[in-house]
Amino acid sequence: MPLFGKDCTRSKLQEEERYLKANDRNFNTKFHYVNNRIKTSKYNIFTFLPINLFEQFQRIANAYFLFLLVLQFIPQISSLSWYTTVVPLMLVLLITAVKDAIDDYHRYRSDNQVNNREVTILKDGKLQRGKWMHVEVGDVIRMENNHFVTADMLLLSSSEPYGLTYIETAELDGETNLKVKQALTVTSDMGENTQALASFDGEVRCEAPNNRLDKFKGTLTYKENKYPLDNEKILLRGCTLRNTEWCYGLVIFAGQDSKLMQNSGLSAFKRTNIDRLMNILVLWIFGFLIVMCTVLAIGNSIWESQKGYYFQVYLPWDVDTPNASFSGFLMFWSYVIILNTVVPISLYVSIEVIRLGSSFYIDWDSKMYYPKKDTPALARTTTLTEELGQIQYIFSDKTGTLTQNIMIFNKCTINGKMYGNVHDLSGQRIDITAKTEKVDFSFNPMADPKFVFYDHSLLEAVKIGDPEVHEFFRLLSLCHTVMPEEKQKGILIYQAQSPDEGALVTAARNFGFVFLSRTPETITLVEMGKTVVYELLSILDFDNVRKRMSVVVRHPDGKLYLYCKGADTIVFERLSASSQQLRDITTTHLDEFAGDGLRTLALAYKELNKVYFTNWQERYQEASTSLENREELLSELYEEIEKDLTLLGATAVEDKLQDGVPQTIETLSKANIKIWVLTGDKQETAVNIGYACNMLNEDMKNIFIIDGNNSEEVCVELRKASAIMRKEDQTEISIKQLKKPTFIPEENVDGEYGLVISGDLLAYALEDMEIDFLKTACLCKTVICCRVTPLQKAQVIELVKKYKKAITLAIGDGANDVSMIKAAHIGVGISGEEGTQAVLSSDFSFAQFRYLQRLLLVHGRWSYFRMCRFLSYFFYKNFAFTFVHFWYGFFCGFSAQTVYDEWFITLYNLMYTSLPVLAMSLFDQDVNDRWSMAYPQLYEPGQFNRYFNKLVFVKCIIHGVYSSLVLFFIPYGALFEAVRDDGETVSDYQSFALIAQTCLLVAVTLQIALDTSFWTAINHFFIWGSLAVYFAITFTMYSNGMYLMFPTSFPFIGTARNALNQPHVWLTIFLSAVMCVLPIIIVRYLSAELRPTSIDKLQLKIRKIKTLPPKPVVRRLKRPSARRSAYAFAHQQGFGALITSGKNMRIRNINYKPSKTVV
Amino acid sequence: MPPVSVGDWCLTTSIILIDRYLSRGGGKPASSVERSQVVTQGLRHYVKTRDQRTIGRRVCFLSVSSKTVLEMSRQRDQAVLKNKPDNTAFTQQRLPAWQPFLSAGYVLPTFFLLGLVFIAIGLGLYFTSNNVIEIELEYTGRSPNSSCHHCTKNDTKDCKCNIEFKVDKTLPGPVFMYYELVNFYQNHRKYGVSRDDDQLNGDLKYLKEPSEYCFPFRQDGQNRPIAPCGAIANSMFNDSFVLYKVNNSEISKVPLNSKGISWWTDYNVKFNNPKLDNGTDLKQAFEGTVKPHNWPRPAYELDTNPENNGFINEDFIVWMRTAALPTFRKLYRRIDDGLQPGKYLVEISYNYPVLSFNGQKRVTFSTISWMGGRNPFLGIAYLVCGSVSIVTGIIMLIVYIKYQGQNIRKVE
Repeated sequence: MPLFGKDCTRSKLQEEERYLKANDRNFNTKFHYVNNRIKTSKYNIFTFLPINLFEQFQRIANAYFLFLLVLQFIPQISSLSWYTTVVPLMLVLLITAVKDAIDDYHRYRSDNQVNNREVTILKDGKLQRGKWMHVEVGDVIRMENNHFVTADMLLLSSSEPYGLTYIETAELDGETNLKVKQALTVTSDMGENTQALASFDGEVRCEAPNNRLDKFKGTLTYKENKYPLDNEKILLRGCTLRNTEWCYGLVIFAGQDSKLMQNSGLSAFKRTNIDRLMNILVLWIFGFLIVMCTVLAIGNSIWESQKGYYFQVYLPWDVDTPNASFSGFLMFWSYVIILNTVVPISLYVSIEVIRLGSSFYIDWDSKMYYPKKDTPALARTTTLTEELGQIQYIFSDKTGTLTQNIMIFNKCTINGKMYGNVHDLSGQRIDITAKTEKVDFSFNPMADPKFVFYDHSLLEAVKIGDPEVHEFFRLLSLCHTVMPEEKQKGILIYQAQSPDEGALVTAARNFGFVFLSRTPETITLVEMGKTVVYELLSILDFDNVRKRMSVVVRHPDGKLYLYCKGADTIVFERLSASSQQLRDITTTHLDEFAGDGLRTLALAYKELNKVYFTNWQERYQEASTSLENREELLSELYEEIEKDLTLLGATAVEDKLQDGVPQTIETLSKANIKIWVLTGDKQETAVNIGYACNMLNEDMKNIFIIDGNNSEEVCVELRKASAIMRKEDQTEISIKQLKKPTFIPEENVDGEYGLVISGDLLAYALEDMEIDFLKTACLCKTVICCRVTPLQKAQVIELVKKYKKAITLAIGDGANDVSMIKAAHIGVGISGEEGTQAVLSSDFSFAQFRYLQRLLLVHGRWSYFRMCRFLSYFFYKNFAFTFVHFWYGFFCGFSAQTVYDEWFITLYNLMYTSLPVLAMSLFDQDVNDRWSMAYPQLYEPGQFNRYFNKLVFVKCIIHGVYSSLVLFFIPYGALFEAVRDDGETVSDYQSFALIAQTCLLVAVTLQIALDTSFWTAINHFFIWGSLAVYFAITFTMYSNGMYLMFPTSFPFIGTARNALNQPHVWLTIFLSAVMCVLPIIIVRYLSAELRPTSIDKLQLKIRKIKTLPPKPVVRRLKRPSARRSAYAFAHQQGFGALITSGKNMRIRNINYKPSKTVV
Repeated sequence: MPPVSVGDWCLTTSIILIDRYLSRGGGKPASSVERSQVVTQGLRHYVKTRDQRTIGRRVCFLSVSSKTVLEMSRQRDQAVLKNKPDNTAFTQQRLPAWQPFLSAGYVLPTFFLLGLVFIAIGLGLYFTSNNVIEIELEYTGRSPNSSCHHCTKNDTKDCKCNIEFKVDKTLPGPVFMYYELVNFYQNHRKYGVSRDDDQLNGDLKYLKEPSEYCFPFRQDGQNRPIAPCGAIANSMFNDSFVLYKVNNSEISKVPLNSKGISWWTDYNVKFNNPKLDNGTDLKQAFEGTVKPHNWPRPAYELDTNPENNGFINEDFIVWMRTAALPTFRKLYRRIDDGLQPGKYLVEISYNYPVLSFNGQKRVTFSTISWMGGRNPFLGIAYLVCGSVSIVTGIIMLIVYIKYQGQNIRKVE
């Protein structure tokens, strides 16, 4: 029983501390840590049937039908043949089982793919290839460049000096800039020595598995020394190794215990709003059913005592029915069987089929297909489509979702001249298109071929040797913290901490100022083909307060220069008086850049006096070693030297948005959808993108940027903001906790507001004052949360779900978005990149953010519309069908006699009425896709559940009751004592059943014909085909041949022939069908006339103009905004300290041999 | 360029050449349209000037027709974008469709037209139904004044009673004679299932072993099978009627036709007498069975006419077609020559007790129209429905005129 025991101990014992020993599997097995296998699939071949059946019977409708089946085997109760229940039930179970099996198989395959990734394990002193799933806690693993990190592990040693390792955490937090991890010296000394690594027997004690990505606490005990372990020494699963040839790590958390898996949360089964409503409605229906059955059972008791008792001469009571009350009791159950059709068993299957259909439409949509990456849209979860039509809140990631995460050096201004725009011969500015001729950089063999620039005049200026232009690019190639890498001869790769910096250095490179390499003391450039070595004297690094960075270099001619780049406002304050005029011109240029949504950065320099600098440097040394006030002293020194600068110009970098993002956001907000940006990126960038996407703009009355240092301050800020928006008195703001409501209603304020809050403050907001936060946030048009952790993203969504009862959608592309994608009602992943975790956990995926509007406004709206139409009709047809039994009860002694033939009962939902409504729910369109996109306000009914809700359900019941009254009493009146035109009776039970069921079928078919607003050939075929099939099957089943073969199964022989040749029977059918449909036409017509909805009005308009709406014009959004955004550096300290310490300088090993295990 | 059949190699080469020309030595491959344009422009020239070395390829290229290049080129494009969704009307939801719309132009005329049609049908039905003559005689004998009252006493056997009635206007033949039961629940579920269609179809196996559904009329006390089994058969109506015309105290029997009173399918297909292989008579076929408890005679002796005995006795078949409602009418006899004005007398053999459960028995004479017997319901229903639809049509017209202007407003 080891397996069993293992599971038990794992579930019972909450792990409090992890204790493991490197390279000692025997030791580690004692703790039963999970290995690196992940499993998200539910079944295997043997467990499939029992587990799946068990799950399916947990569904209340299925369990109910099983119960009915049992009832039907009790002869005293059985009012219907067994097949009426078994056939639909089997069909439902079978379809669902097949679907579940296919889904699970896909999960199994994707698990398998991850589990079977290859890894190099150090086992028995040798490097062996293995699979991810075989990795155990305590194993030592070797990883290579660009590989995914297999599990959470302690970094032991790497190819880089000082045990440094570069990783990209895009999968975890969405940031693509590199992060550095450093191994302990004791372990990094082992290097690549497999012998040493294999005999490494360090013991690690650390925290239990948890989901905090930024914290780690533990100790390593090795050779009787204790070393503290923190996050800097841990590589997390999901990261990618970059820029590091190899590294060794000790597995600490594997598989499900890894922080990535812990963070992805439980993949809860998502149910749609309609599903939840349906569960309530099914309960209502059960209640309704019990009421009906009770009424009929009481009726039966009374009837049996008043009439049945005396009728015993012809119909004696059963031996085991001693009295009328008991008979009523039995009849209750008989009616439960008869009236079972109100509980919609085939409903669930039909809904699944419809959802599957709409999922296929999404997969097939060529307008959501991205040809550049050959990526179609994909509905990964097929059970949520109609909820796409009900979204109220969208939570979007920024990097990779709204933006392409590509920074492009777009424009610049140098010495008062602007470069970057393209002009035609007459001097008119022209738009840049694919045909615009690019600048040819072929003069420069070291140019980056991917770099594109259109303005030829800049290159000409470089070529004629304009000194300012040269100085400008020299500054760009000297003043930064980028690391160069020359993988192959002549191919330079820059590793920048932030993509902006990379873009600038690349630009300088292409214009002939190639940053070639750096040592702690020097920077080597190739300036216009000539190699020049600059001596790097000091780096005055960037931080969030300074908003600038400077370097001091010594030119080969011995002159000292300070180069500075930074936010324009900051740099402009430090200019010398001579730059005044240039500053004014540059400011106008900067305004223009800002109007284009570019991120700007001002550049300035000055020549330094050698004596002064030597003096400054001494003071700097002193300051940097002082123990008190070090920060202050340093910043004073920086201030001192960074002044009287000469302005060079400014750069404009484009954080390239994905195509059509501003338009999409505009359309979606017209559709009354609120868009919140939740990003791990820093505030500057996020706000800037907010402006670029038109989510924030100058017309907004106010943009609240929440800052504060503690919970109280945040609370006060939030309340202040909400008071301003509500125009309340601001003086009465207290920090008193409000009572927690369970629901926050929608409020409207006039004017548009924006809210920006960062992650650390959000933590306060989510802990103590979630209501305040939510209230304030919901008053704003735009909410931007920056620096948020994956968990916080999910928390924000949970908050909105909980208090706003709104349907939410989360869209993102990285592993840091997984938790929010899972938390939201609908998760959308941006696909197209390899191995994105977000896509794997998403419900829908496509390649471009702009497809979201088609997904919601077209597919979502249609799905919702179709689903609601389907539900209304489905409930109607079943009520109309079932209530007839109820009325008949009053005329047949409440004996649970069915009105219809049992075959009709069996086939009604399965055959006669299923296909027309299915065709409607798959093809119906109120307006076509073009109109849906052109009028986003048509999306609103979905958000407010207008098309299907409890009221609509009650209307369906009323409609059903009305129809059933017509369908029972018209045939009743027409057949009362009726005879045929040859004198023989036609009012017998079988004829009555046939006529009633034909009336019903014609009526419900007419109703679906009325509900169908989009008649394709398939609709025609199914609607008229269903009627034809009904008559064909009926005549077949009532034929002589069928009777002679199975006399007891088909006793209705001849009924069809004998009844349906009577004119008055047809007149009855005609009358009852028309009477069922006419009131609906009246109601629909009058409501469209008297209280037209937006869709009614639009349909009227479409009728009138008879053309398609104009194609949306893709216009360039020109913002009048004069807002400038500062250049975004890395959000933390730069690499400056690392560079000057020389730690990250690679000692090139020319004869580097790749390890033998490398494929 | 005449189409010449060439190998794939040639095709591929040509496409590569065209692509090379179009993209000028790099960049993305050309689209199929671009390629075909190049071909139609006559690429001979370009190929000659551009690629002097590859004579073999050039020859190849020249031999390929533009159409083949286009075809080939399409295949290549598709190969590149293998995930591209099919661009069909179905997958893109662009199927041609008719979109009906509840506009005033359709709805209002429909209502008026429907109203008129319904009123017309209603009038037709109403008058047809009114032209049908029906004479209904109740003979339950509950009230002491009734002539059949004496037969309701418990101890009377073979009781007979007479009811007189008068015909004022000629009832043209055929006139149908029905018996009618009120408050009789032939549609009770347990009553309705208490039969064995296999047995009634003449299946010998079920004759000896009737279905469980027949219980408690399945076997008698000595476990002998009952034929026909079940509650329906057991409760078969067994009053009989003889009709006399009274002519100045002279009484003459009116001939009643009992043939063809049941459905053809019931008589010919559904009900069959059990047949023995050696073709012996009915009595032998029924041997081993007992008659239903209430029946005075066994099934094979129901009628004096030997053809009308057993399961195919027409009165039995009529009874076995159970009624849908607790008030029902079943065809008893046909009077082919009709009834002339005058006095008539029905002699009733009163056997069937209904008083215990408050039932009623009637005998009815009726003529027939194209829509069956007298039934004013359908005509009235049509008239009401037609009038209602005209009235609502008028209301909708008023609404339309009043609100017409509002809906033309543009959608905001």
